[in-house]
Amino acid sequence: MTEHTTGAPHERGGHWYDREAGPLVRPYAMTGGRTRPGPGGARFDLIALVTLLPGAPGTDDPALGPEHRALIDLCRPETQSVAELAAGADLPVGVVRVLLGDLLERGSVTVSLPVPPAHLPDERVLREVVRGLRAL
Amino acid sequence: MVPEHPERPEHPDAPDAETAALALKILVAGGFGAGKTTLVGAVSEIRPLRTEELLSEAGRSVDDTDGVDRKVTTTVAMDFGRITIRSGLSLYLFGTPGQDRFWFLWDELAQGALGAVVLTDTRRLEDCFPAVDYFEHRRIPFVVAVNCFEGARRHDARSVYRALDLDAGTPVVLCDARERDSGKEVLIRLVEYAGRMHTARLLDSVG
Repeated sequence: MTEHTTGAPHERGGHWYDREAGPLVRPYAMTGGRTRPGPGGARFDLIALVTLLPGAPGTDDPALGPEHRALIDLCRPETQSVAELAAGADLPVGVVRVLLGDLLERGSVTVSLPVPPAHLPDERVLREVVRGLRAL
Repeated sequence: MVPEHPERPEHPDAPDAETAALALKILVAGGFGAGKTTLVGAVSEIRPLRTEELLSEAGRSVDDTDGVDRKVTTTVAMDFGRITIRSGLSLYLFGTPGQDRFWFLWDELAQGALGAVVLTDTRRLEDCFPAVDYFEHRRIPFVVAVNCFEGARRHDARSVYRALDLDAGTPVVLCDARERDSGKEVLIRLVEYAGRMHTARLLDSVG
């Protein structure tokens, strides 16, 4: 289905769809139309860290979609930030947030809370960062 | 002073402070073509990031909302990179989207950020005014990094400082965004400055 690339009005369906509408599969189709994480509903920060829980239900669970499994696989080697998961799975951040909400509710992962501005790291950590940067 | 007791069971479910991973966020802002992507790429492994934003949310900060009913999401691309300091301590750099209509994304990016680098090109100094205003208003520590493009007229840090009418103490660093060492130096200056600002505010709140 590539008619939209011509920019001409759709022949049979009238004007319901044109190239302005973007790609055919909208990103939120993967989330069943949900644009926010479920009842637990935090809007995960881009640097919130996602850790796979050791006793997490396996990826063979039929209730999980391929995108859920992709996120689990990305978390397997080490803790990942929300931003890294989005880049790694090639999914928009908003979609990743919804999928992570599912995984959190199922007890597959833990997600760290974002650091409130008043609790920025102490001097010791910042000195460590400076030393680390110099050594890069 | 609270003595250090890593085993203190504040949050029984949370991993203790010694093992909890820590992620720090630094924003890289500046006008179009100032070298944001170059800087992030010079110091870290850069990766593209897509955010699919709902315009119904975004529309609040957008004056022209014509057509919102037809297209409810928009894709915003930005750069991000990770610098691993050690296992469990990483620095994340985010290149902010340059266009004004994505200000709403800045608010989210700025939340909990350690600080920001405002990259500027002296040929178009005015391009970084919005970023300077943004971080000054929100009291987010930032350094101004003057990207000395080849062939660009060399400006000294003091004249940039004056031209931008910066708050006292805001560092201005001359850099070459293509050079890893130069980029590192910019980040080091920012982390040191953010540390000083943070300490000063803590003392303020106590006194």
